[in-house]
Amino acid sequence: MTLAGTWRLRHQRYQLQGEVCEKCGSLIFPPRDVCPECEAPAKTPYTFSGRGEVYSYTTVYHPPAGFEEDAPYTVALVRLEEGPMVTAQLTDVDAEQVEIGMPVEMVTRRISAEGEEGIITYGYKFRPVLRRTRG
Amino acid sequence: MRDVAIIGIGQTKVGEHWDLGLRHLALEALQAAMKDAGVERADALYVGNMLSGELTGQEHLGALIADFAGLRGIEAVKIEAACGSGAAAVRMGYIAVAGGLADVVLVVGVEKMTDYLGPRVTAALAMAADADYEASQGVSFVALNALLMRRYMHEFGYRKEDFAPFAVNAHANGMNNPNAMFHLKVTPESYARAPMIADPVNLLDSSPVCDGAAAVVLAPIEWARQLDHPVVRIAASAIGTDALAIHDRRDPLTLEGAALSAHRAYQQAGLGPKEIDLFELHDAFSIMAALSLEAAGFAEKGKGVRLALDGEITLHGRIPIATMGGLKARGHPVGATGVYQIVEVVQQLRGEAGDNQVPDARIGMAQNIGGSGATVITHILERVG
Amino acid sequence: MSEVEVLKPDRPVGIVGYGAYVPRYRLPAEEVARVWSGGHGRTPITEKSVPGLDEDTVTIALEAARNALARAGDVDRAQIRAVWVGSESHPYAVKPTSTIVAEAIGATPATQAGDWEFACKAGTEAFQAAVGFVGSGMARYAFAIGADTAQARPGDALDYTAAAGGAAYLLGPADESLAVIEASYSYVTDTPDFWRRAHQHYPSHGGRFTGQPAYFHHITNAARGLMEAMGTRPEDYTYAVFHQPNLKFPRTVARRLGFTPEQIAPGLLVDRIGNTYAASSLIGLTAVLDQARPGDRILLVSFGSGAGSDAISLRVTDAIDERRDRAPRTEDYIARRKPIDYATYARQRRLYVMK
Repeated sequence: MTLAGTWRLRHQRYQLQGEVCEKCGSLIFPPRDVCPECEAPAKTPYTFSGRGEVYSYTTVYHPPAGFEEDAPYTVALVRLEEGPMVTAQLTDVDAEQVEIGMPVEMVTRRISAEGEEGIITYGYKFRPVLRRTRG
Repeated sequence: MRDVAIIGIGQTKVGEHWDLGLRHLALEALQAAMKDAGVERADALYVGNMLSGELTGQEHLGALIADFAGLRGIEAVKIEAACGSGAAAVRMGYIAVAGGLADVVLVVGVEKMTDYLGPRVTAALAMAADADYEASQGVSFVALNALLMRRYMHEFGYRKEDFAPFAVNAHANGMNNPNAMFHLKVTPESYARAPMIADPVNLLDSSPVCDGAAAVVLAPIEWARQLDHPVVRIAASAIGTDALAIHDRRDPLTLEGAALSAHRAYQQAGLGPKEIDLFELHDAFSIMAALSLEAAGFAEKGKGVRLALDGEITLHGRIPIATMGGLKARGHPVGATGVYQIVEVVQQLRGEAGDNQVPDARIGMAQNIGGSGATVITHILERVG
Repeated sequence: MSEVEVLKPDRPVGIVGYGAYVPRYRLPAEEVARVWSGGHGRTPITEKSVPGLDEDTVTIALEAARNALARAGDVDRAQIRAVWVGSESHPYAVKPTSTIVAEAIGATPATQAGDWEFACKAGTEAFQAAVGFVGSGMARYAFAIGADTAQARPGDALDYTAAAGGAAYLLGPADESLAVIEASYSYVTDTPDFWRRAHQHYPSHGGRFTGQPAYFHHITNAARGLMEAMGTRPEDYTYAVFHQPNLKFPRTVARRLGFTPEQIAPGLLVDRIGNTYAASSLIGLTAVLDQARPGDRILLVSFGSGAGSDAISLRVTDAIDERRDRAPRTEDYIARRKPIDYATYARQRRLYVMK
């Protein structure tokens, strides 16, 4: 990612900020400015809860450039509880523990870094919902 | 609109061409196609290519290749639609000839992928996905297909080994194609042992990184009638699109772009799936083959793998696919693939497919997919004499 | 010490929300001993927390802050006028951790943001400043966060304990608080017991010099100074939390000050998560708040090498009971553990030369 390109998307990456269509009420992520359901302009920000479940997942053993030091890692399509689907890595989980339908929650982690000297990109990943031991 | 014929075809062997550059590959395919068509000049050249800028540092391929091929001065541009670039370039050529804007049009699909290897190529291919919301997450193209395959298995109750027939069939057909990258016998057992790339996609579910170029010459159908070989006309040429990112699609397991593309092509040709004698589909991954069969109406939703398990995708089945090896065995030089598919359909319709000849092939369909299904180009070709 | 004047804000200040974070991975101290001492010698703790490959002080501080906000409830983000992160492992040498955290929690742009550095007391330093910022009336809310992914030279004594974790405190008006700040007192001298020069990967330390003249001297004087000025005694406190670089130091200092093992046990996490540096005492306080009852008094004393201590006296309010379970408890994070071997630890800490 370029410096400015990363910066432009910080609200999406840090907070899962999408949009709500004022006309039909559709909740949209990633933001696209035009409602995919009714084609009306949709630019009103809407922050998603970050809760969802795994729609599908895979483990990447042969990563693209920039992700070599992270492999193997698990990526997933996550269906957010508000409806939209997100492509993201899963974290804090062993690949063999993942299954379709598993409840997950958004966390903010390092997504990539431009070598040792460049900018660090932070963004959303998902992890299994933290188990509560009491209360 | 004028009826358009494919009057010449040419191709290089697909593989790791350490000794040939992008322009040399394109030239070899173009010269073969022009010789086949018996033409020495053309009105225009359309170059299908995806990654020349990223993997060879070269853009501006239209003028470069026109000049290198001795055609300096003609109209020449590069057409890009990710892995669908090749067929997209054919469609641009078709539009030019059908619309009467040009008489002889050359189309070459060319890709040079092996100057870089490994993660750089993986990252380059991921450019076909949504850079802001897919590739930036470390998702490779294989991974996107793995996400689809896992969900497909989950929803329709298939096991991993049920996908073996796609690899077995493609490699069986590749054995007899001298231009194929692999001449390798694949069995269900070797499929089961193949190393995992992105679970559940294994090596034999995937198409290889490779180099290659294929070319066709398009002209009004009257030109074709003056040549020796059987006349093959373009009965339909159609593009359908969908959201770039899988997460933005209404149903990730339905290739809406492919369904739109195929439907439009059927309408243009006045045909349906039943009339198609062979289908060169975009089997970059086994799951793509299954979803393509469903989107084009050869199987109901969730039944694409069943069709393969029932043996219907082989040369003697109901709908032969990957008849010259497909993307898996012939190879997938991404921006060239769409042109290879059309060249191979022409081989079949002319009766030049050798040991892989589909009996009595008269109507063939080629479908080239850009990305994970966002751009889908379908051509239906028909032998008319 | 009777002349000591404690720090007290002009208007009452308290903790409106608190949150902890501990990474999932654990390196057993025995594993360090296996690699570096042939398995001989006593280990200072049982195991320490290790950050994942995608974690750093930013991500740790952020999750702790989100937990604090969840407990605080419906806080207007625009009223958070400071986000201060204390750490000795900020991911950038120049470029604030705090701006990233502030942006992610929605506190930007009308806010202060700054990174604090004072070895292991950077977090309580920020805490003290936040109390002052809110107490002066300049801010309705201010965030003080301690977070670290502490470095240690492989095989060094600190390799057994240098851990990762974070704790975040949203300071605000006392009447919105789950615990009120009664008073605090800071005690600082120039004592070079532990340091890291610029551009060095690993810190250096003075060995046994880190004990008596550094850790014990500063904690003891800060704690005594505060209690004498307030007129409180150890038995007035339900709980006490001390900086915990290992198991032995906090136990010893507690005994010297007159606190019982029962008073310090709930906040003594070092045996199971290691020394989380700028988060060490602050994360101990989160575990105490997780089980404290209204009216309980808590003494918190940090220690930062170089050297100094902040002593803070708190009293828990009735609000604790309804807020506690709005976020994961510290024990939930500690229970979430995946032990790793030294080779995996070396990979996750990026100790292998890749280029």
